[in-house]
Amino acid sequence: MSLSALLFCLLLAAMVAFVIGFWRAKRLSPDNPRAVHSRPGYHGGYLALWTALPAILVLLVWSAVEPRFIQAEVESNLPAQVLEGSEGQIGLAMGVVRSVATGLERLTPAEVAAAKASPKEAQRLFESKGVVIATPPNAVVIASAEELNNIRHLSRLAKTAVAAFLAIFGFIFAFRKLSPNLRARNRVEQVVILALMAASSVAIMTTVGIVLSVLFESVEFFKHVSIIDFLTGTIWDPRFASAGDAGGQGQFGLLPLMWGTLYISIVALVVAVPIGLLAAIYMSEYAHPKVRATVKPALEMLAGIPTIVYGFFAVVTVGPFLNFVGSEIGLVIQPTSVLTAGIVMGIMIIPFVSSLSDDIISAIPNALREGSYGLGATQSETIKRVVLPAALPGIVGAILLAASRAIGETMIVVLAAGIAANLTLNPAESVTTITVKIVSQLTGDLEFNTPQTLVAFALGFTLFILTLGLNVYALYIVRKYREQYE
Amino acid sequence: MSAVAQDSSMSDSDAAETVGRFDNPALMRRRRREEVRFQAYGLIAIALGMSFLVILFGTIIRDGWTAFFQTSIELPIKFDAAEIDPDGTRNANALAQANYQKLANQALYGQLGVDPSSRAQRQAANALVSRDVDSQLRAMVASDPKIIGTTQNVWVLASGNVDAFAKGKIDRELPQENRQISDQQISWIDKLTASGAMEKSFNTGLFTNTASSQPETAGLAVALLGSFYIMLIVVLLSVPLGVAAAIYLEEFAPRNRITDIIEVNINNLAAVPSIVFGLLGLAVFINFAGLPRSASLVGGLVLTLRTLPTVIIATRASITAVPPSIREAALGVGASKVQSVFHHVLPLSLPGIITGTIIGLVQAIGETAPLLMIGMVAFVVDVPSSPLDPATALPVQIYMWATEAERGFVEKTAGATIVLLGILAVMNILAMVLRKRYERKW
Repeated sequence: MSLSALLFCLLLAAMVAFVIGFWRAKRLSPDNPRAVHSRPGYHGGYLALWTALPAILVLLVWSAVEPRFIQAEVESNLPAQVLEGSEGQIGLAMGVVRSVATGLERLTPAEVAAAKASPKEAQRLFESKGVVIATPPNAVVIASAEELNNIRHLSRLAKTAVAAFLAIFGFIFAFRKLSPNLRARNRVEQVVILALMAASSVAIMTTVGIVLSVLFESVEFFKHVSIIDFLTGTIWDPRFASAGDAGGQGQFGLLPLMWGTLYISIVALVVAVPIGLLAAIYMSEYAHPKVRATVKPALEMLAGIPTIVYGFFAVVTVGPFLNFVGSEIGLVIQPTSVLTAGIVMGIMIIPFVSSLSDDIISAIPNALREGSYGLGATQSETIKRVVLPAALPGIVGAILLAASRAIGETMIVVLAAGIAANLTLNPAESVTTITVKIVSQLTGDLEFNTPQTLVAFALGFTLFILTLGLNVYALYIVRKYREQYE
Repeated sequence: MSAVAQDSSMSDSDAAETVGRFDNPALMRRRRREEVRFQAYGLIAIALGMSFLVILFGTIIRDGWTAFFQTSIELPIKFDAAEIDPDGTRNANALAQANYQKLANQALYGQLGVDPSSRAQRQAANALVSRDVDSQLRAMVASDPKIIGTTQNVWVLASGNVDAFAKGKIDRELPQENRQISDQQISWIDKLTASGAMEKSFNTGLFTNTASSQPETAGLAVALLGSFYIMLIVVLLSVPLGVAAAIYLEEFAPRNRITDIIEVNINNLAAVPSIVFGLLGLAVFINFAGLPRSASLVGGLVLTLRTLPTVIIATRASITAVPPSIREAALGVGASKVQSVFHHVLPLSLPGIITGTIIGLVQAIGETAPLLMIGMVAFVVDVPSSPLDPATALPVQIYMWATEAERGFVEKTAGATIVLLGILAVMNILAMVLRKRYERKW
């Protein structure tokens, strides 16, 4: 049986077990139901868990390990001349074996015999069943494929048998334990808490997964290109190697990309910080609560709009507009430029600055303001000399969070920043960013183990470290500051 | 120098005038001007922020609303048996290979009175109808071969340029060499419009067509379905996982180092750039686990991980909002800890959980970058029948159309953006209504 069918059967068995457990528990002490420790539902749950859970766990582990094991087994039996080849050649051979195996499954016994007799006939037969193979498979390949099918078949049988055994054994074991004294509720609740714990570890596993996968591929990349060259290189020219041209090593200098990323983020902050901060001050200090209740969510809408929409807006509206303004005042502003991407990104991160700053300014105790008024300061003087200095660490935290958002932003810069890796100070020229290059190195049909694609992971790792550092520092500041007035 | 206590409410201007630095009216005036200026800065900042919002929505609606309408031309098409099926076998292959474009063109020549011997005139006329008209006619014949030999009035799509002209996006007053439509063509269009053979109607194709290189026949069907599958997977996975994680952290977890790490980790995960999640998906789900590229299943898994922190944070907030007295009452009548959580706390925090989930979904539905990494940028012609088939998603489709060179795609892109923003607006309003309706003040 296939995995999904097995899982379905186990769920069905669990339901049956639940009903039996429920029914059994009601009859444990018919005269005095209070003598039974747990309610009948928990007995049912206990029985169901013992029936299905061990089998399901074993099945999942088995299915995760199975393909690797089978592959290694079949691979070791490939002819020696294939095994001497490169990793790619072995992979190719395994691919052929796998398709042939799928093809063999679909043939009748008579056709299998015919296929074994003549490679050409085999290719024709497979094609008629919808399995296309580039070269006629020889006897060795067919033998390997048969071995593959045999192991698969065996594994499937064994899997079904093990699952059935575990389910039946678990059921009998648990059924014999059902008694008025069984603490079924406690057992079931233990499992529930374990499941909750497992769910909360998914977040950790995601982080671990990100770090491991990105790190692993980055290490692969640094086997091709030295880490010093990557971090200090000023030229980005990955030079996509054409097929068979092994010498086509490009140059992978991070600095132009890093500069582009930072430059655009700086422009974005120059737009967002004054607007966001002044808006936050007005909302928290001057505005009527009703005005604030409408303005704040309205500004937050800016952060809820998908970034691809901003990218499109940058391309069709802001870029041409800046270009027009530039030509009016005698400047050449390219349609994709630091300015275009920076301004649009600035608009996007306004709410990150304004909402967080607003919260922080509102949290400043009124006693500070009243003290200042008492000394004769006007409201604006109070804000500038008392409230803002008190809120400064929090505001810096908010700005850093906004900066980290700008650095990791992808779609706006993909559409509006350009793809040429320039090291330029001119904001009217186009630059490119880390995220743009991750996208451009990984879209399209590429071989996965060339430095040209692997560099995307090294870039991703750089990005991850950069934003993580900013976030951790910003959250630390915000948290430390919040505690100050609590 | 007389330091006089000032009233704390400075909006009370009488008080401000009578108290203060009496000995230096110039200084007082300056300080008051400064006050007004500072308030004005704040107002300007808010006005700027709001005007960005208005300009953004305004330009997109201006560019995109016309995408919901499309120009078509009614042509009396003669399904000539000699042209479609010269052998008379009604063989499906032969029917599929006939030159349907020619049928449409000939009907057009008749309608417009084009001189068939003039090559220039023929080309100008051919450019009026969509280049994908052949697939429309082919489908008609394939579904009902009996129409061969008859003449049918068929509404065929006009070409992208004609569509743009009919919607006023190409200026009639421009000199001929600067616009994509010649004077001759304009006179034909006017003739067709006057006779009622050219009309604009609601563009259902925008929602039912799949990928196409012609703007007039490109549609969102694959993207909408792909986004739907992704949403389904995200809801099915991130809600149980997120709620379970939040319950554990809020109700059961011991306060120790590990719990602290998990908490910090969740907060940081929410701020990791989304493209990094795409790299994770590529390395783990596609290269390691061997799931198919471009499939909405992988997209759903990646976005589940992306939305998980949002769902966890929202759920925790609404669980914390349930007062401890509820838990204590449950425990007091003999419920176990697990029972008190699942029977009382969870139902009470459900509205908050649902609102938080919708907000997470809104985030996921607009996410583009991680989907680019796992190959969902694809020219998909077949509607995906399961989450394992290649598909695109709404924001990815917008990206693909935004990078198309052809002019007609600008309108399409803006139209697709309106669809996306519309879906987001509906979901946000839903979240708002739910919050208003079920919000409980303890």
